[in-house]
Amino acid sequence: MKIVVCIKQVPAANDAKIDPETKRIIREGQKAVLNPFDTYALEEGVRLKSLLGGEVIALTMGPPKAEAVLREAISVGADRAILLSDRGFGGSDTWATSYALSKAIEKIGDVNLVICGKQAVDGDTAQVGPGIAAHLSLQQATYVMAIQDVTTESITVQRMHEEGYDICELHLPAVITVLKDINVPRVPTLKGRLASQKCDIPVWKPADIGAEPDKIGLDGSPTRVVRTQPPPARNTKSIRIEGTPQECAQALVKDLRLRSIL
Amino acid sequence: MIALTDTERKQYSNIWVVAEVLSGKIQPVTQELIGAAKELADARKSEVWTVVVGSGISEQAETLFAFGADAVLVVDDPGLARFNDELEANVLIRLIRKYKPEVVICGATSRGRALIPRVAVTLDCGLTADCTGLSIDPENGDLLQTRPAFGGNIMATIRCSNHRPQMATVRPRVMKAPDADPQRTGRIIRETVIGPDRENIKKIIDVFYNTESVVNLADAQIIISGGRGMKGPDGFKLLKRFASLVGGAVGASRAAVDSGWIPYAHQIGQTGQTVQTKIYIACGISGQIQHLVGMQSCDRIIAIDKDPNTPMMQMADLSIAGDVFEIVPEIIRQIPKL
Repeated sequence: MKIVVCIKQVPAANDAKIDPETKRIIREGQKAVLNPFDTYALEEGVRLKSLLGGEVIALTMGPPKAEAVLREAISVGADRAILLSDRGFGGSDTWATSYALSKAIEKIGDVNLVICGKQAVDGDTAQVGPGIAAHLSLQQATYVMAIQDVTTESITVQRMHEEGYDICELHLPAVITVLKDINVPRVPTLKGRLASQKCDIPVWKPADIGAEPDKIGLDGSPTRVVRTQPPPARNTKSIRIEGTPQECAQALVKDLRLRSIL
Repeated sequence: MIALTDTERKQYSNIWVVAEVLSGKIQPVTQELIGAAKELADARKSEVWTVVVGSGISEQAETLFAFGADAVLVVDDPGLARFNDELEANVLIRLIRKYKPEVVICGATSRGRALIPRVAVTLDCGLTADCTGLSIDPENGDLLQTRPAFGGNIMATIRCSNHRPQMATVRPRVMKAPDADPQRTGRIIRETVIGPDRENIKKIIDVFYNTESVVNLADAQIIISGGRGMKGPDGFKLLKRFASLVGGAVGASRAAVDSGWIPYAHQIGQTGQTVQTKIYIACGISGQIQHLVGMQSCDRIIAIDKDPNTPMMQMADLSIAGDVFEIVPEIIRQIPKL
């Protein structure tokens, strides 16, 4: 079983500080970390490999420093890692990102399963997983909460929906995106850490994966960000209630009635 | 990517809404999207079309005229009874190529977020996820799509000038459903699933949907959410009682889920769901940033906690300093008296 796990380096979440004026979160000086959902994707890849044998390859696209998350992937059991990094990839939206990743997956060759996290916590789009499936014309299952069965031919998964879940059987090769519920990620072993320090991580450029220049980076991205702005301030007139439980409850019930909930 | 020429772009017209269908029923987000689409269509002097893909949905399709649909494209086939991304994407791709809509919008639900990226990539189109605002640029008629990024800390406005259709998903409950006008009528256009649509699709073996009692987080008006301060599964039983009295859904922080007090499906925050309800009541949730990014876009935040200085208590519009185990039972006592 050859498994590719697509991961992403994202800004870390800090301790929460609230701006007293706008009642919004203050974000500052962030470290870069592995996208939280991708830890579950990696664990699932390593777990499936331990059941069926084969190889787990971690793949990311990003600036040279994104190599750090690939080393982290190796420390928890990925066999090797590949970094897509080049100015030409810069400014990619989800169309261009999923195109570049799909070209890298083609170049890796004979891949049976692609695993992604549900979404990256910076962009929150959840579009790259299905995008890879579309570029490669593969079957897909998103929001996977459990893998029930897997063979070299097929995989049976539970997909979470707002109202419950369904069970579907995909023909391999396929793409799945996973949720936190799917497993409990292992912590790196000492051996894993050593391996992650020693390994060579190849850097692939657009020409290495046969990517057409007008389908990557800004040129390959149909969307453009016109502007960004802070979100509107929350209601800054906050009310604090202290008192007996009866008084507190009364205040809340009154609040709900005002808003026609009761 | 090669941009469309002006002539090519002008072949695209009308605003499409992809209906959300669950177990053979058109879901309320569809009407909300039709309301948003109507405003866009008015600005573009074009029509609202709704695409309804499912099994046994033909009769319901006609109810959508009342909300503003001018035409409803119906694809009614027993093979579409259960949500299958590949099959629905293939059907949509074929219909979009045939009718050339200018804009396609869809609910940002678990289904919409799986289906639409597949369609957009195949058609070489731009797609913006989880939009909270849609408008038409008066200068050139492009769709301007506003969405939160970085957990709601930045609002980004995105356009896609060179490709058609322009595609977006919109979260449930963000747009307001228009009042129904029963006098309104429109055209039904029937299409069938054809051979190539059915190629390379997975098997949906079984579905387990609880559509009766559980109000889902995405669709709720009010969420009663609990954290570490609820101390155990019994604390969540209390919140469930509270939620059932106000017709709300129960949410949870990661700490509560990881402690096994409530299933993951209820988790709100960075590694759970993002919610945008009218009212969010946080009970015993201190407000780690990973939780706040999942709920800070709710209209009104109410917090109940013993510790008055937590980030959640600071962010809340109404913060109640006190013991949840004394206050919540008192709320439950007071509600039926109304």
